[in-house]
Amino acid sequence: MSFQPVKFYQTGTFTVGNRLLPPEERSVQAQAKRYNSINSGHRACQGCGEALGARYAIDAAMEAVDGQLICANATGCLEVFSTPYPETSWQVPWIHSLFGNTAAVATGIAAALKVKKQQGEPRNIRVVAQGGDGGTTDIGFGCLSGMFERNDDVLYICYDNGGYMNTGIQRSSATPPAARTATTMAVGAEPGNVFGQGKFVPAIAMAHEIPYVATATVADLRDLEAKVRRAMEIRGARYIHILVPCPLGWGTASNETIRIARLAKETGMFPVFEAEHGEVKSVLAIRHPLPVEEYLKPQKRYAHLFGKTPQVEVIARLQELADRNIRKYGLLDGGER
Amino acid sequence: MLKQMEGSRAVAEAVALCRPEVICAYPISPQTHIVEALGEFVKDGSLAPCEFINVESEFAAMSVAIGSSAAGARTYTATASQGLLFMAEAVYNASGLGLPIVMTVANRAIGAPINIWNDHTDALSQRDSGWLQIFAETNQEALDLHIQGFRLAEELSLPIMVCMDGFILTHAYERVDMPTQEQVDAYLPKYEPRQVLDPAEPVSIGAMVGPEAFMEVRYLAHAKQMEALKLIPAYAAEFKSVFGRDSGGLVHTYKADDAETMVVAMGSVLGTIKDTVDEMRAAGHKIGVLGITLFRPFPIAQVRAALQGAQRVVVLEKSLAVGLGGILATNVRMALSALPIDVYTVVAGIGGRPITMRSLHGLFRRAEQDDIDAVTFLDLNRAVVDKQLDRERAKRRSGPAAEAMLRDVGVVAAKLA
Amino acid sequence: MFQVRIHGRGGQGVVTAAEMLSIAAFEEGRHAQAFPSFGSERTGAPVVAFCRIDDREIRLREPIMAPDALIIQDPTLLHQVDVFAGMKPDGYLLINTGKSFEQLGLADFLRGRRSEHLCTVPATEIALRHVGRPVPNVPLLGGFAAMSGMIRLESVIKAINDKFSGKVAAGNVAAATEAYKIVREEMAHA
Repeated sequence: MSFQPVKFYQTGTFTVGNRLLPPEERSVQAQAKRYNSINSGHRACQGCGEALGARYAIDAAMEAVDGQLICANATGCLEVFSTPYPETSWQVPWIHSLFGNTAAVATGIAAALKVKKQQGEPRNIRVVAQGGDGGTTDIGFGCLSGMFERNDDVLYICYDNGGYMNTGIQRSSATPPAARTATTMAVGAEPGNVFGQGKFVPAIAMAHEIPYVATATVADLRDLEAKVRRAMEIRGARYIHILVPCPLGWGTASNETIRIARLAKETGMFPVFEAEHGEVKSVLAIRHPLPVEEYLKPQKRYAHLFGKTPQVEVIARLQELADRNIRKYGLLDGGER
Repeated sequence: MLKQMEGSRAVAEAVALCRPEVICAYPISPQTHIVEALGEFVKDGSLAPCEFINVESEFAAMSVAIGSSAAGARTYTATASQGLLFMAEAVYNASGLGLPIVMTVANRAIGAPINIWNDHTDALSQRDSGWLQIFAETNQEALDLHIQGFRLAEELSLPIMVCMDGFILTHAYERVDMPTQEQVDAYLPKYEPRQVLDPAEPVSIGAMVGPEAFMEVRYLAHAKQMEALKLIPAYAAEFKSVFGRDSGGLVHTYKADDAETMVVAMGSVLGTIKDTVDEMRAAGHKIGVLGITLFRPFPIAQVRAALQGAQRVVVLEKSLAVGLGGILATNVRMALSALPIDVYTVVAGIGGRPITMRSLHGLFRRAEQDDIDAVTFLDLNRAVVDKQLDRERAKRRSGPAAEAMLRDVGVVAAKLA
Repeated sequence: MFQVRIHGRGGQGVVTAAEMLSIAAFEEGRHAQAFPSFGSERTGAPVVAFCRIDDREIRLREPIMAPDALIIQDPTLLHQVDVFAGMKPDGYLLINTGKSFEQLGLADFLRGRRSEHLCTVPATEIALRHVGRPVPNVPLLGGFAAMSGMIRLESVIKAINDKFSGKVAAGNVAAATEAYKIVREEMAHA
């Protein structure tokens, strides 16, 4: 299964040119009548990967359900930058409750919608929950797992930027090894985040054997749109984990967000795949294999690896992690293992 | 229809008559029988359409309730003790968002030491959470207050905790008059949410509010709570016209005329107090009772009016504000400010310690002589405490205090009270 | 007010017995309040349950410390728990046992009490015969009805049908009825 039946990659950019496609095959964002679920004018940083990811994801979800969508949002950057009262960027019904309960709030919304449907509500209103990696893999993990195991009719989208960026860039359980954050400082014998910790929640989501789990990045936005569309075709618990670079937290240039996200995928540091009922069904293959240095070097959070005495061993360990991803998900051959 | 049934079952049947649309719950003693029964009603189809969700924690229970209420569904949950604390963040959030969730609190002590028995420390810990809090004296009242609770919460767009004494009420079989569906339908209108997540009219709920408006938003919550002081008597009167009995209200006095000593309490212990007061009245003592039904908002004017003729007030409460004394008593003192009335705090019955008529007789008689401490612990075994204090003076590593004191008390299974 | 205290072990239906007693009293138009001594829900642990019966609303919520009647569902408790605590001098006592009070070693303790208020009944055996399980609670209620006259056997049967259905209800009705007859006969000879 592939989400990119048309691959008119433009040389050097990987960007699919919408203008080469017939209108019906163009991306949701390319349409003049896109939903603009998140209006412009919000307060996200320049080059914010989360804002980009959320715009594509929620618009794609809106497109998939004809605008009949309710969003629940965890505390975090996305919540803060989109709704400084009395302004709100959201053109969808939207609720923010707490940091750690978004999956459960969405469960409640889905339950209410189910009852309303039984009472004669003609519309098929659906629910998307969203949060950052802190709100998903750490503080909201219990509610997330509960929503998964009950197979509640919720699509949960995690925008993973590998840390608590809203509070000033602290480590989360999604912070990668060796990365510097405010709580995994680049000092001491083993600078940065320690190896052997953290968790990859898409795999945990798969362990719940829910109908649909996918990962994506903001580098392959058509892939992201297609996965959201696919998720909205399915009932039950669904999970999409999107890698969203954070220029502030990662120490990258704001015009590099998409390129960094692509490097995460092309080096194998972040596997892009989709799974149904606990089994991987497709992967987005690496097109031009690259060593992990290419991904690490542009990011100041890894700067301590590339000083006067490069941390060759640490880089090698990160390469091992990437190689393992490549083997495990078959990233070089598109999952044909 | 008169029935002899368990309090939990009575509450479950009453809640079902209110046609809730989403029920979520996480099991904790002594709340379990209520949600078990409701789960059964949903499963056998007698309560429909309704979604019953078994969640993974109390935090999730309140969060699911937040979501379903915000999406326009009449929502119910129940908890107690540690469960209430575990959901505390969401408890505040539900009221802050103005979501009219009805929650039974089967009142139980808070640990450590872990204790499953009744007192009021759980609900009172959430007294400032923005929820309405109402305390039932009997199972009949518990049942009735749930019906009134939905009405009140939905009118004000504020959540309400209906508090009933764990085990003492939840697990007690007694006579209740179960209303009919027609009666409840006549009393409780369909839920019309003030705000709802609806794609036809998208709104953002729960956005960040800075210093420029936070005070005003919170003041509104306070002002809305205070409206309950007017609505509750009206709803109780209407309740009487539909159901034919007095239930609810703000406060209730008993033999208060000419009373020199007034006893103030909440919940099921009022029955034992009234029986004691009957005997003391028969023996010529001028003593009366003020039962507080509504704890939040606190009916300051009504409490003051009921107590201002007394010489002294004994606030008997199943709660303890460590480092201060009483919680209810502190509220009562505020109602009596500038009046020349002695207010005694009596901490009683915490962790399920039985409150007996024998102890109350002694307490009230000493109080009449102004012979009790400002903060009194009813039936406190001071010797056990002193022994532990001695132990701690004698030895730095004196070990876990609760375990040592339990050993001093001896085998408790053999004792009844 | 008439106050009954029931002692037994977890799994013997102690709490259910108190509840059914309250239902039986309710069926006779009386006010009744049944409640357990909360906490121990482990099988085999000592359990106490209480039932108050009155002609007016019962407001009192304290445990029953001076019972008018004691029902002991498990005689092994006699040596473990102070089951007789607060028992009134003319109170009723019903013990589930095939033995006599003498054989239980209670003869001295009970001397001077009203013998028509004291009775034993082999409720576990009766239950095994009719219900197929060692649950002495219901036959003891039948026995209590016969001994005390506080409730009628028909009310106990109504309570059984309120709590149980089908074969279990029928078995318990038979067990309660047999225990009722046994105690009636014992009383006649007392």
